[in-house]
Amino acid sequence: MIEFEHITKRYGDTAVVRDVSMAVAPHTVTVVVGTSGSGKTTLIRMVNRLVEPTSGIIRIDGEDNRSVPEFELRRRIGYAIQGHGLFPHRTVAENIATVPTLLGWDRSRIRAKVEELLTLFQLDPDFFGARYPHELSGGQQQRVGVARALAAEPNLLLMDEPFGALDPIIRAKAQEDLIAIQKHFGTTIILVTHDMEEAFRLANKIAVMDKGEVVQYATPEEMLVRPATPFVEELIGASERPFRLLAIERAGAAVEPGAAEGPPIAEDLSQREALSELLWSGREALPVAASDGSIVGRLSLDSLIRRAARPR
Amino acid sequence: MPSPFRFLRLATILRLTALMLLLVFLLLPGWFEPLLKPLVQENAPAIYNRGSLFWLTVLHLRTVFVATLAATFVAVSLAILVTREAGAEFLPLSRSLVNIGQTFPPVAVLALAVPIYGFGENPTLIALFLYGLLPIFENALTGLTSLPPAVMEAARGTGMTERQRLLRIELPLALPVILTGIRLSVVISLSTATIGSTVAAKTLGEVIIAGLQSNNLAFVLQGGFIVAVLAVLIHDALQALERSLAGRAHV
Ligand SMILES: Nc1ncnc2c1ncn2[C@@H]1O[C@H](COP(=O)(O)OP(=O)(O)O)[C@@H](O)[C@H]1O
Ligand SMILES: [Mg+2]
Repeated sequence: MIEFEHITKRYGDTAVVRDVSMAVAPHTVTVVVGTSGSGKTTLIRMVNRLVEPTSGIIRIDGEDNRSVPEFELRRRIGYAIQGHGLFPHRTVAENIATVPTLLGWDRSRIRAKVEELLTLFQLDPDFFGARYPHELSGGQQQRVGVARALAAEPNLLLMDEPFGALDPIIRAKAQEDLIAIQKHFGTTIILVTHDMEEAFRLANKIAVMDKGEVVQYATPEEMLVRPATPFVEELIGASERPFRLLAIERAGAAVEPGAAEGPPIAEDLSQREALSELLWSGREALPVAASDGSIVGRLSLDSLIRRAARPR
Repeated sequence: MPSPFRFLRLATILRLTALMLLLVFLLLPGWFEPLLKPLVQENAPAIYNRGSLFWLTVLHLRTVFVATLAATFVAVSLAILVTREAGAEFLPLSRSLVNIGQTFPPVAVLALAVPIYGFGENPTLIALFLYGLLPIFENALTGLTSLPPAVMEAARGTGMTERQRLLRIELPLALPVILTGIRLSVVISLSTATIGSTVAAKTLGEVIIAGLQSNNLAFVLQGGFIVAVLAVLIHDALQALERSLAGRAHV
């Protein structure tokens, strides 16, 4: 549980973060969105004290985050940034081992952790472990950056536009990986982005920032149905609303019994992707398959249309 | 592609040849007497005969080494100090101090140092030390202040202490640039050290000065030749080291 209590940060006379209070539930993904300069980065950097608030308290699991020395706090909190910030003079394995080394883990434990993470991120440890960051592609560097942030098994992971530099295809893959990893470790994630698509895809809860203030902090559904301010409404995009609503839920959640023609789709795709497939293939319904390939039922255009309508 | 290799080899062969030539000249200068004989008058010696060229070279290198080592230590420490949060206010002051060290002519430093430290090696060490500070300091400063911001942010974010960041991230990444400064400083010092012999320091300047005093062109040339070849070889060796470090770190 991360609690922001009346957090304000001023630079000179300007408050770049203004009286933010919110609570982030454990094991959830909270996405902070807003236009550039709205204070997103400043807000999350106060969690690991890269920035000190002017006033207010941030509690992590009930404890004021100033109750331990900053370096100790940061070793307990994963931090991944845009442009990854890998250490160019250290190998991939050494980069990932950074925090465990600082914590004084023994060698075999570090080696095992590095291998586990590289494998989890689909990077062959034998090949990539000894490479230097500049030998990797952008997508691989980004995965190593996240792996480094996760190496000491933090309960909390802060991510500042982690996928901002990636092209759309690799970006979608990275988001998928993040969802899988969040499930795997149960990490609490606070992620900053200015991409609403990304926000709706990843978030359990979304915090919208505007000029230093959190103007709405709600679940994606709530935000779609009841945007708190015109700014939130504009940010979501009125014409996108039904699609955003579908993007929140997995295809598996809309499965009905029965059979359908044609190739199946995976149940962990979003309903939006299912709709797209239905429209494109010109079908009324399609089969839905579990991860092992077995057909679990069908998904119909009608049911998706009903689900895309404004909830009452 | 064979051609880059061929050039690489050629450069290496040239350097090795220069090194061999220098060693042979230092250890068996007599072999070169016929070559230098035409440059001197009838009965004058063509090869320096008031001491061993080899030992003069060793002493010359030692003087440069000691002065550069001290300059490196002071300049890098100063650069580290003024790039810390607490030391930032000393940046302008140390810049001007180091600049004075560079602009004050080494000959004048010698003249001032002799009354205090007497004749011999010490005044030369002081002159070379002061003269060598600036390039190392400026490069260390550049190296430590131009680190990629995302890397520094990550270093803080992973929970490194200020000291760990300095030793594990900042210095290793700035090392190639610092080495460039040291290289510049060494090359300047190698030639500047010759003036030390005006105040009785044992350097290769002794050979050149003896040549000037006795109107012996061969002496002047061999002193100059040894210094020049040393400078080129050491310059190249340090540059190769920088490249390999920078290549590995990709900075
Ligand atoms: N160290 C700083 N000093 C002064 N102003 C700052 C500093 N850091 C950020 N700001 C200002 O605070 C505002 C919010 O910045 P930031 O949190 O980076 O926004 P975002 O991440 O939402 O783009 C910006 O106007 C920025 O210029
Ligand atoms: Mg930002």
